[in-house]
Amino acid sequence: MIHIKRLQEDGADVLALVGEIDASSSIDLDLAIARSVGEGFTKILIDCSSLEYISSAGLGVFMSYIEEFKEKNIRMVLFGMNQKVANTFEILGLNELLQITASKAEAKQKLV
Amino acid sequence: MKYSYSVGCKLENLKDLRNFIRDSLGKHGVTEIYVSEIVLALDEMCSNLMIHAHHCNPKDMLEVNIEINAGKPLVFEIIDDGSVFDINQFAEPDLNNLVHDKRKGGLGIRLVKSIMDKIEYTQMSGRNVCRLQKEVNL
Repeated sequence: MIHIKRLQEDGADVLALVGEIDASSSIDLDLAIARSVGEGFTKILIDCSSLEYISSAGLGVFMSYIEEFKEKNIRMVLFGMNQKVANTFEILGLNELLQITASKAEAKQKLV
Repeated sequence: MKYSYSVGCKLENLKDLRNFIRDSLGKHGVTEIYVSEIVLALDEMCSNLMIHAHHCNPKDMLEVNIEINAGKPLVFEIIDDGSVFDINQFAEPDLNNLVHDKRKGGLGIRLVKSIMDKIEYTQMSGRNVCRLQKEVNL
């Protein structure tokens, strides 16, 4: 189960992921990002501080947007991951392909 | 020590399966980072089977066994009656190709192969047994 809280800060759309993202819930993440893009946001922050678990289904959602975001000049930064979630990204080397920071402040700097 | 769990092929059941794995490994002092990697690998294996071999039919069951013996690698078995989905037959997709094709799949297999030391498939009484091994310090 994943809950996605959404708020806007300094022109960025902030999606806070609360709970676990697996094969049953990754669609919710996909829809939330798609909605943000659909509404014209070009700065998207993903707050992972309450994300307890992510499987490849969730990683795949982030991966699937990389190319589109490059084309449309949309910036997405993930921040606040706990160690276990960060490890999941690192096993596959996705930390090299995605923008990931420790804090929200650092994430915002990457949007400037 | 052996722990067993039976789960219907419904993606909403993955959460309880993960809890079973966490609880079983937790009783034996497996460190948290190993637990989280093993939970992830077995989640990937079972969700693959549920989707590709059982089309998420909740009446189809997967049996998950965990064997923990001091001084030996951890052994995990996933037993089912579906068509065999042998991840050893699948090439690991190149990450850049995945990005370029905007594909959402293919990462799970990479994760399982990175985490587990050994992945074998056998048949037992007409059922498919996938046996995975992982060396950890207990």
